[in-house]
Amino acid sequence: MSPFDSFDAPVPPPLSDSVYAAALLAIDPGLGGVRLCGWSGPARDLWVRRMTGLRPEAAMRKMPVGISDDRLLGGLDLAATLAAGRAVYGSGILAESKGGFLVVAMAERLSPGTAAHLAASIDAGPRPIFIALDEGIGPDETPPAALLDRLAFTVSAFAANDEAWPTPSAIAAASRALNQIDCTPETMQRLCTLAALLGVRSVRAEIFCCRAARAAAALRGGKTIEETDIALAARLVLAPRATQMPDTSPPPEAAAEPQTETQADGETHDKPLEDKIDDAAAAVLPEKLLEALTANLGQRRIVRGAGNAGAAPGLARGRPVGARPGQLNGRARLSVFDTLRAAAPWQRVRQRQAQAPKRIIVRTEDFHIRRFKEQARRITIFAVDASGSSAINRLAEAKGAIMLLLADCYVQRDEVALIAFRGVTAELLLPPTSALARARRALSALPGGGPTPLATGITTALRLAITERRSGKQPLLVFLTDGGANIGQDGKPGRAAAGRDALAAAKACAMQNLPVLVVDTAPRRQAFVAELAGTMDARYVPLPYADAARLSRAVQAAGGPHGRVAA
Amino acid sequence: MKPVFPFTAIVGQDEMRDALVIAAIEPRLSGVLIFGDRGTGKSTAVRALAALLPDMAAVKGCAYACDPADEAALCDACRTASARIAHRVPVPVVDLPLGATEDRVVGALNLERALADGAKVFEPGLLARAHRGFLYIDEVNLLEDHIVDLLLDVAASGENLVEREGMSLRHPARFVLIGSGNPEEGELRPQLLDRFGLCVDVQTPTEIAARVEVVRRRDAFDRDAAKFCESYAQAEAELRGRILAARTRLPDVTVADEILGRAAEICMALGTDGLRGELTLLRAARAWAAYQGEDTVTMAHLRHMTEPALRHRLRRDPLDDSLAGTRVARAVAEVFAA
Repeated sequence: MSPFDSFDAPVPPPLSDSVYAAALLAIDPGLGGVRLCGWSGPARDLWVRRMTGLRPEAAMRKMPVGISDDRLLGGLDLAATLAAGRAVYGSGILAESKGGFLVVAMAERLSPGTAAHLAASIDAGPRPIFIALDEGIGPDETPPAALLDRLAFTVSAFAANDEAWPTPSAIAAASRALNQIDCTPETMQRLCTLAALLGVRSVRAEIFCCRAARAAAALRGGKTIEETDIALAARLVLAPRATQMPDTSPPPEAAAEPQTETQADGETHDKPLEDKIDDAAAAVLPEKLLEALTANLGQRRIVRGAGNAGAAPGLARGRPVGARPGQLNGRARLSVFDTLRAAAPWQRVRQRQAQAPKRIIVRTEDFHIRRFKEQARRITIFAVDASGSSAINRLAEAKGAIMLLLADCYVQRDEVALIAFRGVTAELLLPPTSALARARRALSALPGGGPTPLATGITTALRLAITERRSGKQPLLVFLTDGGANIGQDGKPGRAAAGRDALAAAKACAMQNLPVLVVDTAPRRQAFVAELAGTMDARYVPLPYADAARLSRAVQAAGGPHGRVAA
Repeated sequence: MKPVFPFTAIVGQDEMRDALVIAAIEPRLSGVLIFGDRGTGKSTAVRALAALLPDMAAVKGCAYACDPADEAALCDACRTASARIAHRVPVPVVDLPLGATEDRVVGALNLERALADGAKVFEPGLLARAHRGFLYIDEVNLLEDHIVDLLLDVAASGENLVEREGMSLRHPARFVLIGSGNPEEGELRPQLLDRFGLCVDVQTPTEIAARVEVVRRRDAFDRDAAKFCESYAQAEAELRGRILAARTRLPDVTVADEILGRAAEICMALGTDGLRGELTLLRAARAWAAYQGEDTVTMAHLRHMTEPALRHRLRRDPLDDSLAGTRVARAVAEVFAA
């Protein structure tokens, strides 16, 4: 607080949440960092510039997504070592940006390995403030969970251009005051209760929340943590981590008495959780959060551990399969032995040419880089017709066949995904996963009934296959349908249009050159399903009297878990 | 050195803490697998364990920290050395990060020496550093396959065989493997599961009081780590003493035939593969008895260790998602009731 505000300290104008997040992070770097959701653009750039401006003394570095381990962590600088004839070490970007800001570009594409290094640096140091730029689309593309869990804030709406940010001196003053502010047991109790209400699982969230509330109090110039600080911290830290809707109907008497140290007597343990909430619970939950939660409830966002970058096959990962001459660029790794072997025959010649004698002279043309063979992970995408007609025909059998295939996938450690189409939509019941117990649950819960939006089903499955192929996996599409399309791409009923749309979608599918299997689940062969398969360049399997085991064998023959895909 | 959050200051998670302590008492259990959500204190517990354990004697200048008292397990350099000077070193807890390359794990040609003076010198990797200590792999279920292959081989044989880049050598690598992960994010290969002696499931504390206590202690630690550690110094020293006493007692802990029979019975009831389940169960029960300060294994000890020793050995049907823990609990109830 400035010395001019003598008596009636005017309340500083409230900032927008994204500015609060930046300010709190600048005050307490122990909050780890922030995840910025949104595509690149002036608003995001400005936010990053102003955020880093809050600590003008701190440097800002940017980390590219495919960074190599030696640039990240430091190591021998090969080029300098060869030039100097002695070992020259480079420090990694993590150590170099210690105490400053590290902008992680395309965080949703980080490999789990890189994310693990970043997470370790947050846990143990050296620690910069992380600004993770997340440009992911949809719940399937998120930065690795190990990193996200260690960043306090998520910002998805940026501040208006003309909003006034706190000054660096205010931030510095708040930073100094931080350690004088106590977080009382009551405050912790409040924060933890809120977290439990929202179904926040990781205890890190509460620890962050506590730090954020303290930083918020410091920013206000306050000596203690007040109601507004708690509300702000909960909104910034807990709300984005919420997995469930709290029961916001305020209990009649709980509002009056604040929770005190009655924990020890054991009585409070017996009360149901809802009774422990005070009114603030409802107040700190932003309205939009409630809306978003209602929409998402039941399909908890699945955070997948693995990002996708670094999957360029050949040079970076997998089993080593020898070396070839090449240059060190990007992720290529030097094969020292082969490089030295290549250099060996030339030593005499080079020694004669060299001005100063050296033990060994290696030139760039000697460089050999390692080659790796990466086994592309396969993913089998099942698109199941769960419409009413299918349900009567073969839905149970189709389920049985998929179960068998899942067991095969487990042996191969392949991934599976499950899409069901019925009514007017196609739903991704199971995002790509190798956790098969979950696949089984999703499948047994698959309901049947309604009309058949075949075109939408094909398009949805195709879109998923393309996304997965882009991330370096080998997709196999398996459609199970009886072909009774009666809902068009536009969601309107009508057999003729639905059939046309389905064939158009099939044509689009053929153009992607993917291995596809179409299983006809109708009691008798359906000409339309065969035509559909033909249009897709797919293998057609009519299985009117099939048992699950036969269907499973057919899928394998088409390049499923045991067969090999020729493409 | 940065102070480490004390082991005894971890709130709750008794099963995980006990399993780690038992692995420290009986290294032949060969490891602990910790399954659970993020933010349940898995990493904190492993790092705290390292700080808790007493220093060990090692040959000075040895890259593998050989035990001067154990003649049979010396590395080649130590065996041929004319004199071995001992000194005390902390028990190593080595992190194996997910993205680690084979070079870093196994060891490789020393680049500096190779490039600067053309010498062929071996640069020991993470496996060498973890010898006689702990190798910690966070998110073990996301580890790349070829690294898993390496680990399986080394963990089984207790030595690291290097045949690469024109080098051919072997060195001892005996360590306690500690893995953590979230099973929802990927499965673990059965062979790797089998390498872990014990398996514990950790849950995020759901009681508000426990969560408040976690936050309170973390907050106190973050604000003044030295003072916080000081207040736990006595508890740490006591636990260290108990671990040391248990290690001394362990060789003399006896197991009655009746207990052996019961262990076999429960393994049969659960249909675990091979004999490893039984062996592990008995070892764990002995270590637990030693930790409790007793000289004979009782039924209670056996029963206590049954779940952590067996729950990961019966996931044979990947599609049966009834919790393995429940199945073990049911079998325990039946066998012990008999």
